[in-house]
Amino acid sequence: MPDSSAAKMVTQVTAMSRNGISDWLIQRLSALLLAFYTVSLVIWFLMTPSLSYDQWQALFDTSWVQVCALVGLLAACAHAWIGVWTCGSDYLSDHSLGARAVIFRFVYQTTSILILIVYLLWGINILWGT
Amino acid sequence: MTMAVSVYRYNPDTDQKSRMQDYEIEIPGGRDLMVLDLLELLKEQDPSLSYRRSCREGVCGSDGVNMNGKNGLACITPLSEVVRANKLSIKPLPGLPVIRDLVIDLTQFYQQYERIKPYLINDAPQVAQERLQSPEDRKKLDGLYECILCACCSTACPSFWWNPDKFVGPAGLLQAYRFLVDSRDTATEERLAALEDPFSVFRCRGIMNCVSVCPRGLNPTRAIGHIRNMLLERAVQPSPPSS
Ligand code: SF4
Ligand code: SF4
Repeated sequence: MPDSSAAKMVTQVTAMSRNGISDWLIQRLSALLLAFYTVSLVIWFLMTPSLSYDQWQALFDTSWVQVCALVGLLAACAHAWIGVWTCGSDYLSDHSLGARAVIFRFVYQTTSILILIVYLLWGINILWGT
Repeated sequence: MTMAVSVYRYNPDTDQKSRMQDYEIEIPGGRDLMVLDLLELLKEQDPSLSYRRSCREGVCGSDGVNMNGKNGLACITPLSEVVRANKLSIKPLPGLPVIRDLVIDLTQFYQQYERIKPYLINDAPQVAQERLQSPEDRKKLDGLYECILCACCSTACPSFWWNPDKFVGPAGLLQAYRFLVDSRDTATEERLAALEDPFSVFRCRGIMNCVSVCPRGLNPTRAIGHIRNMLLERAVQPSPPSS
């Protein structure tokens, strides 16, 4: 039996993106990592009532904290990208906007990627810069 | 008792755009009418009003409409359940093109249904009589086979509104699982492979609008969860033992 047009549509669109299972897993995993990182920081804040700049700097001088922060940053970027891509394909779809949706999606996705890359590089610079 | 009813009207031959038309209608006392009874009364008053109906007892699934904001079957929804402050607004099921008044074009809904191959596929040699199934395996189809394809669920689902051409939608996915879990079906791998993209199944956000409107009390969200688990298992274990 030939596939319906709807089935072909899906293959075309997904040829440019990833598969749904990996997206789903990355989103859950990154959410767990972010939750762990946030809760740890909050606990640290609670245990350090009179927080000073020196204490803050000493914390981020420890290499395992730097590694955790980097993992958190990567998780935030991955999480944000999947969310941003999903929202874009909901609201800026060919179905709702017609042929020009491609242009809107391109601008929206490029801007989002640029912002995320800047955040990532900036974050790395803060963590390991001198 | 008179009631204020507001009905979505659109006639493609004469109207540029849709409008809501208000009616005052005398409701006979003594029993709780169904919304379909009300539509029939309205049609006596205004024969130009269009809607679909057939069995008038919740079996055919043709009179799905949106009543005071909630999708359901007009024939089995009592007025007492939906009327608020003596007012009722009746609109077509949302998200799909309107053909006329309360009649919508269900093509995309049926295309998604067709996509999941809603029939048994079994490549074993034909048996003389029927393919047998144990009572336990048969039980797995309960809560799935009862769907009457009324489209109340899919047209209540925001993910289906945004991507009706790519997201299968709750009704189609409930049926996809009905065949995935059927012990007599041997096409599990092909069926799953056709659903692993980011849209077909994974557009479901678990909002559960589908569950809250299904007139048969079915649970598409749970079926979608089962499909997702099957897809995840298949992904971590690339060649699953064929059952
Ligand atoms: S649970 Fe999924 S399928 Fe059901 S209404 Fe929500 S998004 Fe749609
Ligand atoms: S699952 Fe329920 S609401 Fe959805 S099409 Fe089937 S019977 Fe209708």
